[in-house]
Amino acid sequence: MATYQEFIQQNEDRDGVRFSWNLWPSSRLEATRLVAPVSCLFTPLKERPDLPPVQYEPVLCSRANCKAVLNPLCQVDFRAKIWACNFCFQRNPFPPSYAGISEVNQPAELMPQFSTIEYIVQRGPPTPLIFLYVVDTCLEEEDLQALKESLQMSLSLLPPNALVGLITFGRMVQVHELSCEGIAKSYVFRGTKDLSSKQIQEMLGLTKPAAPGQQGRPVAPQDAAASCRFLQPVHRVDMNLTDLLGELQRDPWPVPQGKRPLRSTGVALSVAVGLLEGTFPNTGARVMLFIGGPPTQGPGMVVGDELKTPIRSWHDIQKDNARHLKKATKYYEALANRSAVNGHSIDIYACALDQTGLLEMKCLSNLTGGHIVMGDSFNTSLFKQTFQRVFSKDYNGDFRMAFGGVLEVKTSRELKVCGAIGPCVSLHSKGSSVSENEMGIGGTSQWKVCSLNPSTTLGIYFEVVNQHNAPVPQGGRGAIQFVTQYQHSNTQRRIRVTTIARNWADAQSQIQHIESSFDQEAAAVLMARLGVFRAESEEGPDVLRWLDRQLIRLFMFHLRRSPFLQVFNNSPDESSYYRHHFVRQDLTQSLIMIQPILYSYSFYGPPEPVLLDSSSILPDRILLMDTFFQLVIYHGETIAQWRKAGYQEMAEYENFKQLLQAPLDDAQEILQTRFPMPRYIDTEHGGSQARFLLSKVNPSQTHNNLYAWGQETGAPILTDDVSLQVFMDHLKKLAVSSSA
Amino acid sequence: MNVNQHTPMASPYGQPQPGYSQPGYAPLDGGYPAPYAPYNGPASAYQPGAPPQGPARGPPASGPPPVSAPQPYNQYSHSQGDMQNGPPTMTQAPPRPAASQPYNPGAMNLSGPHPSYPQHYGPPSTIQQVTNQMTGMQIASGPPTPAGPGYAPPHSSQPPVSTAYSAAPPPSYTQAIPPVSSAPTQPPPPSGPATSQQYYGGPPPSSQQPFNSSLPPTSQQQFTSSAPPPPSSQQTFPPTSYSGPVPPPSQAPAPPVSQSQQSFPPTQPPFSSAPPPVSQPAFLSGPPPPVQGSFPPRAPPPSSHQYPGPMPPQQQPPLSQPSPYHSGPPPPRAQMPPTSMPQSNHLPPGPQGPPGPPGPLQQPPPQPGMQGGYPPQQNGAFGQVRGPQPGYAGPYPGQPNYGAPAPAPAPAPPAQKRLDPDAIPSPQASDMPAVQKSRHRIDPDAIPSPIQVIEDDKAKSTEPFTTGVRGQAPPLVTTNFQVKDQGNASPRFIRCTAYNMPCTADMAKQSQVPLAAVIKPLATLPPDETPPYVVDHGEGGPIRCNRCKAYMCPYMQFIEGGRRFQCGFCSCVTEVPPHYFQHLDHTGKRVDCYDRPELSLGSYEFLATVDYCKNNKLPQPPAFVFLIDVSYNAVKSGMVSIVCQELKTLLDYLPRENPEMDSVVRVGFVTYNKVLHFYNVKSSLAQPQMLVVSDVSDMFVPLLDGFLVNVNESRLVIESLLDQIPEMFADTRETETVFGPVIQAGLEALKAADCAGKLFVFHTSLPIAEAPGKLKNREDKKLIGTDKEKSLFQPQVGFYNNLAKECVAQGCCVDLFLFPNQYVDVATLGVVPVSTGGSVYKYTYFQAQSDQERFLNDLRRDIQKPVGFDAVMRVRTSTGIRATDFYGSFFMSNTTDVELAGLDCDKAITVEFKHDDKLSEETGALMQCAMLYTSCSGQRRLRIHNMAVNCCSQLADLYRNCETDTIINFFSKYAFRGILNNPTKAVRDTLVNQCAQILACYRKNCASPSSAGQLILPECMKLLPVYLNCVLKSDVLLPGADVSLDDRAYLRQLISCMDVAETHVFFYPRLLPLMKLESGSLPVAVRDSEERLSKGGVYLLETGLHLFLWVGASAQQELLLNIFGTQSFSQIDPSMTSLPVLDNPFSQRLREIIDSFRAQRSRYMKLMVVKQEDRAELIFRHFLVEDKSASGGASYVDFLCHMHKEIRQLLS
Repeated sequence: MATYQEFIQQNEDRDGVRFSWNLWPSSRLEATRLVAPVSCLFTPLKERPDLPPVQYEPVLCSRANCKAVLNPLCQVDFRAKIWACNFCFQRNPFPPSYAGISEVNQPAELMPQFSTIEYIVQRGPPTPLIFLYVVDTCLEEEDLQALKESLQMSLSLLPPNALVGLITFGRMVQVHELSCEGIAKSYVFRGTKDLSSKQIQEMLGLTKPAAPGQQGRPVAPQDAAASCRFLQPVHRVDMNLTDLLGELQRDPWPVPQGKRPLRSTGVALSVAVGLLEGTFPNTGARVMLFIGGPPTQGPGMVVGDELKTPIRSWHDIQKDNARHLKKATKYYEALANRSAVNGHSIDIYACALDQTGLLEMKCLSNLTGGHIVMGDSFNTSLFKQTFQRVFSKDYNGDFRMAFGGVLEVKTSRELKVCGAIGPCVSLHSKGSSVSENEMGIGGTSQWKVCSLNPSTTLGIYFEVVNQHNAPVPQGGRGAIQFVTQYQHSNTQRRIRVTTIARNWADAQSQIQHIESSFDQEAAAVLMARLGVFRAESEEGPDVLRWLDRQLIRLFMFHLRRSPFLQVFNNSPDESSYYRHHFVRQDLTQSLIMIQPILYSYSFYGPPEPVLLDSSSILPDRILLMDTFFQLVIYHGETIAQWRKAGYQEMAEYENFKQLLQAPLDDAQEILQTRFPMPRYIDTEHGGSQARFLLSKVNPSQTHNNLYAWGQETGAPILTDDVSLQVFMDHLKKLAVSSSA
Repeated sequence: MNVNQHTPMASPYGQPQPGYSQPGYAPLDGGYPAPYAPYNGPASAYQPGAPPQGPARGPPASGPPPVSAPQPYNQYSHSQGDMQNGPPTMTQAPPRPAASQPYNPGAMNLSGPHPSYPQHYGPPSTIQQVTNQMTGMQIASGPPTPAGPGYAPPHSSQPPVSTAYSAAPPPSYTQAIPPVSSAPTQPPPPSGPATSQQYYGGPPPSSQQPFNSSLPPTSQQQFTSSAPPPPSSQQTFPPTSYSGPVPPPSQAPAPPVSQSQQSFPPTQPPFSSAPPPVSQPAFLSGPPPPVQGSFPPRAPPPSSHQYPGPMPPQQQPPLSQPSPYHSGPPPPRAQMPPTSMPQSNHLPPGPQGPPGPPGPLQQPPPQPGMQGGYPPQQNGAFGQVRGPQPGYAGPYPGQPNYGAPAPAPAPAPPAQKRLDPDAIPSPQASDMPAVQKSRHRIDPDAIPSPIQVIEDDKAKSTEPFTTGVRGQAPPLVTTNFQVKDQGNASPRFIRCTAYNMPCTADMAKQSQVPLAAVIKPLATLPPDETPPYVVDHGEGGPIRCNRCKAYMCPYMQFIEGGRRFQCGFCSCVTEVPPHYFQHLDHTGKRVDCYDRPELSLGSYEFLATVDYCKNNKLPQPPAFVFLIDVSYNAVKSGMVSIVCQELKTLLDYLPRENPEMDSVVRVGFVTYNKVLHFYNVKSSLAQPQMLVVSDVSDMFVPLLDGFLVNVNESRLVIESLLDQIPEMFADTRETETVFGPVIQAGLEALKAADCAGKLFVFHTSLPIAEAPGKLKNREDKKLIGTDKEKSLFQPQVGFYNNLAKECVAQGCCVDLFLFPNQYVDVATLGVVPVSTGGSVYKYTYFQAQSDQERFLNDLRRDIQKPVGFDAVMRVRTSTGIRATDFYGSFFMSNTTDVELAGLDCDKAITVEFKHDDKLSEETGALMQCAMLYTSCSGQRRLRIHNMAVNCCSQLADLYRNCETDTIINFFSKYAFRGILNNPTKAVRDTLVNQCAQILACYRKNCASPSSAGQLILPECMKLLPVYLNCVLKSDVLLPGADVSLDDRAYLRQLISCMDVAETHVFFYPRLLPLMKLESGSLPVAVRDSEERLSKGGVYLLETGLHLFLWVGASAQQELLLNIFGTQSFSQIDPSMTSLPVLDNPFSQRLREIIDSFRAQRSRYMKLMVVKQEDRAELIFRHFLVEDKSASGGASYVDFLCHMHKEIRQLLS
């Protein structure tokens, strides 16, 4: 038997699932004692080039409240052509089309290697993808120009039949009509007025008087498409839109001295959401919001237009000094929920030196599965490449994005699902497998994930409900089925079904086994997600305290110091941004976020990972740190001097040149795949940007531990933060004291 | 009521004449005196005729008459047309019973002469007549009666004279005779209903009226004097036989008739008279023999044949006569000459006396038997005068003369006027016949005639009017005159109701004469007058009185060697700033007095400093925003494409101060239906951009840059836009519109651009789409006449009032062009335009083809006309009076400042003054109207108009220096505002009461004692009744069944900002006979009565809003050929809106006239061709304001009777 390590790896590769425990304690009591809940990280659309989708619909359990999908764990009576649901034990006849099955002629979904299988559903007409650009025009000329170019470029990346729309905003919100010849038309909305969806649709002329005979029949998307002048197939309006974007001007309204430009982000989004709501409900669509500053007027306003009033900081928030925070947050949440209900996702591309209100707007993306990208300017490669990467394609030439996903979790009787943490919203589907105990977004067994990509990962938390006095029979296995319905980027509707099973273990007798089945990394990420989730909704210190009481491992040390939980030195926007990515990335990326990776390059050997510790900072090393959000190349003091002296230019120091080049190449490799593009920093000892590195490493040497002074073992960090050593010491003390 | 005239007759004649010239007339009519004098002469001669009436009279006058009469007549006729008119009136008197006749003359006195004349005439005869005839008034001119006798002789004598005069005359006579007969025949047919009337009223009125009317006003007295003879003759006639009288009839015919008119039937007579016109047409063409030929056919019956024949001859004679008389005048068509012509014509009739017999013949048919005798006379007279109708004949003959000089129909009226001045005798002759008719009615010709007054004023206003003399009333608005500013504002800027203000409130209250001024601050001046100079007082701004803040003006008295000045308004003494100091000369005047406009002129402008600007910031140049309805109706009617097409060229004509420079006015465009479309036309764009704003509930401007642009910079984009708009909406199905948000949009745009400006809104339908200012259809004709009627004039919702307030605050003026196919609630939609100094134009059932021209001309003018923005006007006055009320298109947020978002050159503001203390005769009353505004080039300026009037402690002075036209302007605005809050009937009653009080006060305090039965009118106000009646009959106050609520509201709003000239022509339309046209002068107008129309004529009627070309059913072929290019009446297309361009002098001249009329008015008048007896004639008749109106409005005569009754009640 393979090691747990291999087992875990294999499971992740095949099903995109990583459980905190790979043997499940068989009773509630035991489970709670384990502290770390039975939970998993699930990547619904994990790329499976080796998994061709099947061209038929899944077979469902006929029990109304079960509807589990036929899977390899089901018992099948080939002669009677009957299968038993492994969740509710309902016996179901196979549909007529399965008449020919037998032991030797099994459909794919019954084969063990197809514990994850994807169905293509031929239901309803294919609906094109929709991309609605919502563009802030209160930008610097240079930024706007860069943004316009990026947008024009993106048109060429879209499939020809995709629908595009354009909304621009500044003081006013303009919805551009794309189908017209001659005069360019746009509908304009006041940036200060909150409009209902119905009003918006009326004002856009989208509500048609009910034609006689059609009453009661919902408007089919086709009709809407025909009537909607604002969303048009790319191939038809390519030229128009390119010109339109080309003529796009900065918001013309004068900005008096001492004021911020008036930016009606709230209304613009409201119009975008309303527009899609009215025309393409329940169709995959991306609203792509590009902002260069905070919303300064109207609903969703984050800060007033007076420059003398700075945008809220954590300090303000803690002092309850952020006037607009609650209102704006509420506003955007409402928008996000509406959008999520309709299956539309919202991306935010925020490029500004100051904050842009991501704190308030984060839910837009968090609830709808949209991206958040934060940069300093649209005129940076960070933005340009990130944006380009949104449209990256997979091995089939399809976008790495999917829409309108609905994830359903079915559990066997001993388990119930407590909740999920990820870019999703609850569908409020109460079923027998829903626990009353909520963790994350709970109270449901179905979640909507408006936009998915292959790396989108949800943390799903379970509860063992089996009572201690009703032990699970030996060899019993608990099963969980993930059913993900989604719209593929090629407009097909697909259903991916993943069914997994784990053995039950009696905690008393098999504690060793359970212990060894523990997936430390998964657990760390899962706990971190819980922590972040709480941090979002609770006060920071409380969360830390809660975390401290929970599982404590190395990761937790870094987690505590990470921007996901610490707001010190981070703006509210940055915190939101980091958290946003943390709760959606897969395990590997999440780990990087928690504990950045540090590689050391030297003449003494190949690059090696080193401890994220100040002691790793040595003069003759080049360090490459990947924090997910930043990629820092740090040249040690000596190296920096050499480089400055230009040795790398000399033929005899070719090796030095190679040394310098090595981290660059590695960084490039990371940059190629990472989404969003990390901030790329090339710095050296004493450089101002070196702070990115210094703030991350474990301050084992500080100005406080004098004994380290003078030694050439690293670089001291000027901080009052405790080092890992201190942390661990403290921890050990706590671990053994009963009062913990 | 009896118009005083009667009694006066006898004695008056002798006396009056002298009296006239001396007492009132002289003063009244500057120029007249002289003519009068001569008249007197004749009059006296006539008077001989008078003697017949009364022994007393007879003696004085009689003596002279025989001898002088004949000659005098001729002479007179030559000399003074007006005089002749007088005679006619006289004749009118005669028509009445012998006794009554004399009274008539008295009536003439009404106006000026009254005092003296009335006394004489009035008492005896008038009373009788009155009683006899009708309760109605007998306005007949007193003179006629007396004249009767006198006239008769003259007439008889005249014939010979006339013959003698010219060869032509003789022929005319013969012809004339026949016409007479024809006249009667004609009358009958038309006036079928009022056959009897026809004889009396019908014919007489028409002919007489013209004469009388003309007479009464100005030269009534004179007339009376002259008139006496005719009456006498008449008297004789009645008793004796027609034949005898006949001759006289010719003399007096018309006038007496007018009396008959008094009774309502008379109005009908006019109709009968109408027929006569027919014959007239003949005249037109007729003058020459060929015409006659034509006549026969036209003339109804065979008899008519004869008439026609005669008619022409008459004309001819006159023609010839004129030449003899006034060799000069006839050829030129100068009004004066023509008048004389007619007179001469009249004269001929006189001679025709013989025709009398034919007359009698005619009489029988028309008249039952009532006035068998009289009719004949009339007929005779008519025969001579007119072909068609006996009575008319008299006057018409005059027309025939016109015919030669001018169109036939017109002749009558002109004749009157002319008669007065030229020759009393002839008119008298014509009048005489009328006399008979007068029995039952007041002779329309005997009552004051607007035409006469107008013509008289024209005649005396030959010198430029200098404004330096305090208390001097300017010439009437109908007169062309030049103004020299010598310290008071030109009457083009300010006209007052009274140029002698009562010193005390008590006097003012007693007289009830409204004290008001009609101010037109930006009036355009004719090219030969200098526009106000611009004065710059430097950084400190204009120099003003410290206390009342009046601006430096000629009324400031410099004292202490020039170091200080004393304010003429409040007497406060203010230091003269050093930079403004100047030494005084020995008279106490500054030596630079004539170098500085503000010290020597009545009107000038100051450059305003930044202190006078909003927010203490110099203003931006204004902007024009065009907001075009593109709903289904708008597109379908063609309006959208017309507007867009026109704007392309029109944008080059935006207002500018320096014609050399491009206009700095920026423009913006919006189209709308249920939503608004703004356009970005920035010059850098290749294509315009459309920005749709659907959020109409909360309007805003979606763009800043590129909405308001400079035309030259963005020309290509704008043209592209205007080309595309009609295409874009060609297939629209949207029928609903909004309105409130449209104005809000324009307002917001101006706000955003921080400038003042003007919105041009082109709108089609009731705004029922969901939006602020949404309206519902509330047209409910059932409310008319109820106490709730007023609600129909009030805005439906308060929204627009608030919006207007905002607009004014921003200086956003709104001009509204409406193209409704149904009710659009003008009362509500007009609120904003009216409150912002804008205009409303309405094109009901707009059709591109027929209405395009009118609309485009209005639009062009509206865009191009000089205009000021963001204006505030304040009127300061001397201590003692105060401006208390303001009427016009503006907004007031307090009681003193008139705020005008925009003010153009056509808008007038009427200001009412009340006493709050005593005024002194020495200092008079001063007023200074200061208007602060932003010029179209964006310059902030103050325009100052100063006006000083006299103050009087005698009521007589007040009444002597009034201006009726201005009073009517005030009354109409007062009444039209009154109906917002009061039942319409109450408003009408108030007007009538006030008018009665004014006249009663005069009668009581200023007129010399006379019989209560006499109606005595102040010379200056003798037209007050007729004009007031027009106001009362207007669609606003007395709507006909076919007048929509929108029309009423529209007119109500329209009139609120009219100046005096506009209200004048609006209430009393100009009716020109077109039988003869001369270059260089217009034919003399005729009174607005159907009986003045000749069936054979063509007339042009102008109201300032409408233009009609009325074509008589038997208009001469040649005339038709000249005008329409067709000989057949039936081939005339009544739907044509412009006359065919024909290459003949007549057509050219007519089109010239029409063009000149249009040029005079602020709105383009669409030409409507009305064929007699066509359905459209109903509309046309509506404007014949002296007649009874279809909606129940009283005829002039009836109203005068009514007014007389009221006055008598007040006096008793």
